[in-house]
Amino acid sequence: MPEARFWRENQARYNMIGHKCGKCQKVYFPPRDMCPKCRRASMGKMEKIQLTGKGSVVSHTTVHEGLPEFQMQIPYTMAIIELEEGARITGQIVDCNGECVKIGSEVETVFRKLGEEGKSGIIHYGYKFKLIE
Amino acid sequence: MMDKVGIVSYGGYVPHYRIEAGAIGAVWGIDGTARGKSLGIIRKSVPSPDEDVITISVEAARKAMRCCNTDPEDIGAVYVGSESHPYAVKPSATIVAEAIGAAPRMTAADLEFACKAGTAGIQICMGLVASDMIKYGMAIGADTSQGAPGDALEYSASAGGAAFLIGKKNLMAEINTTLSFTTDTPDFWRREGQLYPRHGGRFTGTPAYFKHINSCAQMLFEKMGTKPEDYAHAIFHQPNGKFPLRVGKAMGFSDGQLEHGLLTPVIGNTYSGAVPLALTNVLDHSEPGDRIFVISYGSGAGSDGFDITVTNRIKKLRKKGWKPLSEMVNDYQLLDYATYAKFRGKIRMGGIA
Ligand SMILES: [Zn+2]
Repeated sequence: MPEARFWRENQARYNMIGHKCGKCQKVYFPPRDMCPKCRRASMGKMEKIQLTGKGSVVSHTTVHEGLPEFQMQIPYTMAIIELEEGARITGQIVDCNGECVKIGSEVETVFRKLGEEGKSGIIHYGYKFKLIE
Repeated sequence: MMDKVGIVSYGGYVPHYRIEAGAIGAVWGIDGTARGKSLGIIRKSVPSPDEDVITISVEAARKAMRCCNTDPEDIGAVYVGSESHPYAVKPSATIVAEAIGAAPRMTAADLEFACKAGTAGIQICMGLVASDMIKYGMAIGADTSQGAPGDALEYSASAGGAAFLIGKKNLMAEINTTLSFTTDTPDFWRREGQLYPRHGGRFTGTPAYFKHINSCAQMLFEKMGTKPEDYAHAIFHQPNGKFPLRVGKAMGFSDGQLEHGLLTPVIGNTYSGAVPLALTNVLDHSEPGDRIFVISYGSGAGSDGFDITVTNRIKKLRKKGWKPLSEMVNDYQLLDYATYAKFRGKIRMGGIA
């Protein structure tokens, strides 16, 4: 059931909580139970870390033909963001029509609807990004 | 003597997009700019398709949390007042509480009282804080209201919200008192399952808005033994840009006292968000010692009144992650009617469940 999967990840997705490897200090978001670099040596040493939600754009693209559920938002901009803590994540850039986003643009997280399971299903919430003026 | 209860921190949120009255009128073959002028509305805010009362509430509450040192786990209650909660059943407040890190050792509920559900939340939090049932409470008023296409409400119904962290310690503003005036008045309603609200014509002006606001204001003046000149700012509910000025001036408030508490001309009527947002803008423009007179109004009908005094602590708040609401009010992107209709779901899409 997608509701249950989303629900389990809510806390991390709502509040930008990642994991930091206690051995090599690398930060992961979404959280991981094991550091892929240190593998076994990281077991039990992954610590929760509150991320600032700030970062910069590594690459971006404007989507003109998206999934039907995102039709209302076309055109929209997706970007790979490198967070201050080092982890890289993909997210939508909101409140801009694509032209304002550049590689290196500073961004911060905002709380938005990520999607909904039809008109009667659950609504999913989480982070997106907006440019910092 | 009982400790004073008041505002520890606050935050407001207005979506990025706007539509001008002229662009709305053009679609219906009338002079929208003139229509807007008669309502005292130049433009109104429009939420993105991925924004709703929950996202607006979270942004406002996070803004409040950023400029104070309160541990979110010390928040014992979260109330979200709105008439456009995304779910008919499933509270907005639980999602907001989770998103600001207040859950799970706390209580939460959604409130409804037309446009005064936000101020009702402030009163409930005050009671819980004063009785030491909770340390801090987060009261939020937010809406993403819709007017039927072509209806007068289409020029005003907009989106936005504000959050107030209520407590006893580290107050940036003391709430000297609060009181309410409530009657059963059928001026405005929306039945379950109906998309757009209806208004009861002759009930909307004099017997509703003006009667409740005036009665509540008189009660507040009497209780506090004050007159208009004792206040630096006055805020009244603002379904349009005209009513709050008319009601305020008739009481004896000046343009200067009403200036910062009036946002509807440039963002529209944010319903449950209206008085809360106006209060955030007034606090942004306040100095220590400033006294603020606040009267909200919700159809159905009732008014909540507040007498507030700003403390020295407002300076501390401004040094810590504080951003004035004017940044959001003045930085916007205009939409044409077609994009506005798409954003607000006024266009029926094929192939989507
Ligand atoms: Zn590692």
